Amino acid sequence: MNFVEGAKLPELTVTPDKYLTVRYAGASGDYNPIHIDEEFAKAVGLPGRILHGLFSMALVARAQTEAAGGPASLKRLAVQFRGMGFPEQEITVTGTVASVRDGVAIVHAEAIQDGNAIIRDAVAELRLPRGAGR
Amino acid sequence: MALSTDVVGKTYPPQTYAVGREKVREYALAVGEGDPLHLDVEAARAAGYADLVAPPMFAVVYAAPAMGPAIFDPEVGIDFALMVHGAQQFAWGPLVIAGDEVTTTVSVESIEERGGVGFFVFASVSVNQDGHTVCVGTWTNVVRGI
Repeated sequence: MNFVEGAKLPELTVTPDKYLTVRYAGASGDYNPIHIDEEFAKAVGLPGRILHGLFSMALVARAQTEAAGGPASLKRLAVQFRGMGFPEQEITVTGTVASVRDGVAIVHAEAIQDGNAIIRDAVAELRLPRGAGR
Repeated sequence: MALSTDVVGKTYPPQTYAVGREKVREYALAVGEGDPLHLDVEAARAAGYADLVAPPMFAVVYAAPAMGPAIFDPEVGIDFALMVHGAQQFAWGPLVIAGDEVTTTVSVESIEERGGVGFFVFASVSVNQDGHTVCVGTWTNVVRGI
């Protein structure tokens, strides 16, 4: 993509499958039962198992690195976790280039699921490959 | 319950995490990373890396052993039944590669109460075996009903 102010990142859409939270728990080491045990989640007042916030953040990170040319491009990412995310519902990550200066783009992003911003006010700093932005 | 801020500034013992190739692959697959740098050793080597490249958010994996003792520290006093992850920031340096040994040091950055909600902020600094800072994290945990 062409990194200029106002440009949109390609949307990233992901529907975590029923067992995603189990695989992410294993991969990350975060076995909090609110993410993997439906009965436990309901017993503590949640509608059901919720996604790990850091999984949702990883989707926001992936949207950046896929747009900017690989993992080395992502220099900083700050997010606010708000609504809860759930398995088996589509998540859409969107982003808009806020500024480009000296080969570094600032992107504002969010992750939406069922109309609810599960990550909002995300700010990414991307070091662009030569020629990808000014 | 009143919050104690006595523990602000406390630093925990560094923890070293050895980054394994299959752990990088497992993490990359779990978060849907498709870049061959994370999955295909030959592709990573062809791009000039010694082994698989960890996705930036793999920071949560190598920082975890250092974060645990801090957030579970009774002196910090987080009530886990009431805790949610409120915000997160990472700033990255050089990429982490399978085979690296990453040492993370965690400290309590701030503890504040605003409107009955406690904000517990931890800082992590992760350094590779060559002394380069690969990631600095700011972890904000929110506890309601303080």
